[in-house]
Amino acid sequence: MIKVEGLTRVYGSYTAVDDVSFECQPGRVTGFLGPNGAGKSTTMRVMVGLTPPTKGNATINGKHFHDIPNPGRTVGVLLDASAQHGGRTGREILTLGAMTMGLPMSRVDEMLHLVSLTPSEAKRRVKNYSLGMKQRLGIAHALLGDPEVLILDEPANGLDPAGIRWMRGLLKSYADKGGTVLLSSHLLHEVELIADEMILIGKGKIVAQGDRKTLMAHAGPAETLVTSLDNDALARALQGKDIAVTPAGDGLRVACEPVEVGRTAVEHHIVLSDLRSGDGGLEELFLQLTADTAREADLSTPNGAIA
Amino acid sequence: MTTLTPDAAAPAVPDTISFSRLVRVEFRKSWDTRASFWLLFAIGAIVLIAELIAAIVTGVQDVDDVQFGTFATVAGFISQLLLPVLGIMLVTSEWSQRSAMVTFSLEPRRSLVVQAKMVVGLVWTALTVLFALVMGALFNLLYGAIAGHVDWSGGAGVTGFIITQTIAMLLGFALAALLLNTPAAIVIYFAYLFALPTILAIGSALMDWFKSFAEWINFSDAQNHLYDGFWNMTGSEWGKLIVSGCIWFLLPLAIGLRRILRAEVK
Repeated sequence: MIKVEGLTRVYGSYTAVDDVSFECQPGRVTGFLGPNGAGKSTTMRVMVGLTPPTKGNATINGKHFHDIPNPGRTVGVLLDASAQHGGRTGREILTLGAMTMGLPMSRVDEMLHLVSLTPSEAKRRVKNYSLGMKQRLGIAHALLGDPEVLILDEPANGLDPAGIRWMRGLLKSYADKGGTVLLSSHLLHEVELIADEMILIGKGKIVAQGDRKTLMAHAGPAETLVTSLDNDALARALQGKDIAVTPAGDGLRVACEPVEVGRTAVEHHIVLSDLRSGDGGLEELFLQLTADTAREADLSTPNGAIA
Repeated sequence: MTTLTPDAAAPAVPDTISFSRLVRVEFRKSWDTRASFWLLFAIGAIVLIAELIAAIVTGVQDVDDVQFGTFATVAGFISQLLLPVLGIMLVTSEWSQRSAMVTFSLEPRRSLVVQAKMVVGLVWTALTVLFALVMGALFNLLYGAIAGHVDWSGGAGVTGFIITQTIAMLLGFALAALLLNTPAAIVIYFAYLFALPTILAIGSALMDWFKSFAEWINFSDAQNHLYDGFWNMTGSEWGKLIVSGCIWFLLPLAIGLRRILRAEVK
């Protein structure tokens, strides 16, 4: 379990992380989301003792990172896949890690196999690796000591779509077996599919946290996207119930729950070809929550900000 | 602990990382890249070539007083240029390649990592010195075979050689810890080695009072007395060695260690 309490990190007059508190529970994947420079990496670096906090603290299983004996066996860390000596081979990097943690060398082959780095790729020097390969190596390094807790900073960066899917499966099954996973991303779609819990951060402050449902409850009035065989009739029927309808692409955007649209369609015998919650998803919420903190100043906030 | 990844064959209870394990890891890191391997190879090769040249030159010119110590001195001149570079690379490669992030997240007790690196530097210095002495002995025999007599004296020079080589490596190590930057540390070391004595000599020539002052800060001059055997050194020579050593070695090492232990690792 990871616990962060009142964490603040100040650089001169710039506050990178501002009084951040949250917990990551075992058996769950926690997504740490925020735009570039929001303070995600700094928070993670404080967790593993690479950056001293200005105030507050971060503990893993109740201990500061410094007090964990042989921390690689408890906490798997991937902060920057490029932070490796480019002159070493992938296999050599894992070998050094396994030596430090006191693991048998067979573990190196297991991990290479797990992240699908072939023996010939493992023999190449890391400076010749693509970003995706470095990322796989970094994940292998983090998993080397069979840790209970994983801290991964932008692990999907540079992975191809198949790689991202593979990583999702890996982390999901890791959490299902009781592991604690914290992964950061600036891409909502990457996280939304696997995270049980999400923490949204902007300008060093946590702007929202909770599971998908809790966050969506904040996302403002319900919205539904629907396509039917007779959109005009459906629009008239909905407007007859005083529900706002606007055309959207091939279908309609409707200001109500999907169930209400379904009911209206049944009543009027209209065949639906597509019906889904048109929440603009978390994306809308994400942009909205971080709007006043993002670099693009003119993001509209139609539903009012949430503290 | 539950097994979260397949086939974890590792022992169940995480132990603390022993210092000897850190030394083994750091030793492996000291030769497992192309740059570090060739540096070590170059040290050996250049020492060998220097000894060879010394043997040829002394053999051809028929110098009388060639002894074991002569070869040790020749090797020493070469390795005092290269061993500090080794000491520097041990420290700075972690920073220039940013692998310190990984190293310190596997062993957050940073001072132990630095100590392990220093032990590795001492091991390589010992191996280099041993290699130089064995080569020196061989060339001395070779020279003896040519000249007709073998002179094994010069033992004081050999002890001086061992001590000064160790100091040279540690000095590079300390400067590297202070600067955490390979080129800067190398430049400062060579400035110390070549430019400083000249500057101090000019100062001493121009100002009388400066001469006695310079003696207390000229670390390389202070080390010269070691070649006459440390057991022959006077109190004043010891004093100058210790004072200049504090300035050039202990001070940068202390500041550098403080920096490494506290710095944010990026």
